[in-house]
Amino acid sequence: MAPANRALQLASSSRKKSSNKKTTVARQSGAMSAHPLLHTQGLLECYRAMLRIRTLDERMMTLQRQGRIGFYGACTGQEAACIGSAYALRANDWVFPALREGGAMLLRGFALVPYIAQVFGNSGDITKGRQMPSHQAAASVHQVSWSSVIGTQLSQAVGAAWAAKLKKDDTVVMAYLGDGATSSNDFHVAMNFAGVFKAPVVFVCQNNHWSISVPTDHQTASESIAIKAVAYGLPGVKVDGNDVSAVYAAVAAAVERARRGQGATLVELETYRMGAHSSSDDPSRYRDPAEVEAWKKKDPVERLRSRLFALNAWNSAQDKALQAELLEEVNTAIKEAESLPPPSIATLFEDVYQGEPWHLKEQRAELLESIKRHGR
Amino acid sequence: MPTLNLLQAVNDALRLEMRRDNRVVVMGEDVGKFGGVFRATAGLYEEFGPERVIDTPLAEGGIIGTAIGMALYGLKPVPEIQFSDFIYPAFDQIVSELAKMRYRSAGQYTAPVVIRTPFGGGIKGGLYHSQSPEALFIHQAGLRVVAPSNPYDAKGLLLAALRQNDPVIFFEPKRVYRAAKGEVPEGDYEVPLGEASVMREGDQLTVIAYGAMVHEASQAVEEAASQGIGCELIDLRTLWPLDIDTLVASVQKTGRAVIVHEAPRTCGLGGEIAALLQERCFVNLEAPIRRVTGWDTPFPYTLDEEYLPLAPRILQGIEDTARYVA
Repeated sequence: MAPANRALQLASSSRKKSSNKKTTVARQSGAMSAHPLLHTQGLLECYRAMLRIRTLDERMMTLQRQGRIGFYGACTGQEAACIGSAYALRANDWVFPALREGGAMLLRGFALVPYIAQVFGNSGDITKGRQMPSHQAAASVHQVSWSSVIGTQLSQAVGAAWAAKLKKDDTVVMAYLGDGATSSNDFHVAMNFAGVFKAPVVFVCQNNHWSISVPTDHQTASESIAIKAVAYGLPGVKVDGNDVSAVYAAVAAAVERARRGQGATLVELETYRMGAHSSSDDPSRYRDPAEVEAWKKKDPVERLRSRLFALNAWNSAQDKALQAELLEEVNTAIKEAESLPPPSIATLFEDVYQGEPWHLKEQRAELLESIKRHGR
Repeated sequence: MPTLNLLQAVNDALRLEMRRDNRVVVMGEDVGKFGGVFRATAGLYEEFGPERVIDTPLAEGGIIGTAIGMALYGLKPVPEIQFSDFIYPAFDQIVSELAKMRYRSAGQYTAPVVIRTPFGGGIKGGLYHSQSPEALFIHQAGLRVVAPSNPYDAKGLLLAALRQNDPVIFFEPKRVYRAAKGEVPEGDYEVPLGEASVMREGDQLTVIAYGAMVHEASQAVEEAASQGIGCELIDLRTLWPLDIDTLVASVQKTGRAVIVHEAPRTCGLGGEIAALLQERCFVNLEAPIRRVTGWDTPFPYTLDEEYLPLAPRILQGIEDTARYVA
């Protein structure tokens, strides 16, 4: 039995009582055409969202090369994993993202201009230019602020889920991670606490095979990431992360399981980082181009497009029109976001505490006086 | 008014606030059925049940990480770190996440977690049940750091900490958990964060202390008085952001200062206070500001009394500083 299937077997056996079409679908990743969960309308919505972040990422990487933004972490190649998983959430559910899940907040209604303004770090950024690009957060769509520290969001997600349970809300919390994060101590404690607390949390691991330059087989000797769940008393599911239907089906099943009060699930989405780790990275120094070429054939956006064509739900004329529309939307948003001024200097000292303690008042005055006397 | 010890005062505050506010949850190692290794949470499990008094797995990073998530979602978690010596596995969560959450989200997300943890030596705890790591947290923008010395302040400060919206590291002086007794009002009151307490007035020299060392400083100040040295004794109570006005007013009056803490000297809070005072009281100073502190060694098991800045060493610092002539 292939390792992936064994993990699925483990996962599905723990769900035997609630065995239904959903779990069947999750187990048959890759053969999804008739599955009941994502109908044509859903596929079209996911396609649009995936193509939108593909378009956005391409434009932003260009901006980075032109020196107009400092840094960018693209989702390219992982759009099905990002969108298919987030599509399984309700509006009141919470997301604790990692680097490549900005698309989740766009899918859930966050506007493009403030999203891009975060990349510019200017006054249009609702987080006041505080973080590096690709670190967006918005309470309006329950996308929690994350740090660049790998794995720390995971135990926080367990705590939020525990709190939701305590308040008797039906909120589910989704925590994203990469394959590298499964090596972190926070992954272990989060899985362990989630198991003990029976918290309504879904861990979604985007296994894109690379943690910057280190391949997954240097992160773990386990036969899969999904199988790690078993040791914590949780189900683990591994699916084709480049098949949006498989992603959706597996994650939706995990989300509903959490919502029913049956606790956490670890979902491993096997996907591939088609580009660099970030704009600061050069993967040609450590990665075989043949591997990249092989994965390009599994490009999730192209796969979904072909499928929609095959279903006669979409045609090339519609596709061209959509591509043009999205490019226009992105370009217009970039133009608007880029024109905004930087955050005011006084904001540097805001939000450290509630209110401004004496020492920050003094330091703000010192900075403003220095600028007055000697300029910036 | 009942007489309580410091532990009972902490317990009283937790119970009072858990009755008043159902968002308050207590969590940590052994805090539930057992009531905590020092008994600070005794009886809470019986009254509030396992959902609000949570025995967690043994992982400090997980305790603080989950507490942050609970706070983000609107609860008021009060995690206990059994000894502050064991806080380091949670240091990443505290420094990278807790302290910066408000800032990095521009106020969209806040995590008002109140971390209670016993600190300091004097219980024969050796290297790993004795440390005073407060300076590490003061150095992190976004945290409030509190250290009561007596039962009245412990209850009032803890209630105040639970009712504001910033993360707090609440250091409890375990050396005097049971030894420090005093009258504690029944029911509700607060001791505001950021206000020091002038415990004794004097015009010749200012002694600044906090936590268990307030009691040692108090003894030393009594001795000094019998030698004719009139000291003003200030209990900081809140270590950061501290009450700069009270410190400055005192040193402007006395012109001399001795700062006492158990933590190692180098890069300790005493160094920061000395810097703040020389910036503000330079023309008033009549002697170098003296630090009487723990040594720059790990905390020793057998020679713990020699490590700690107990009353005799504080008295020496007072004498030298009071007699200093430029």
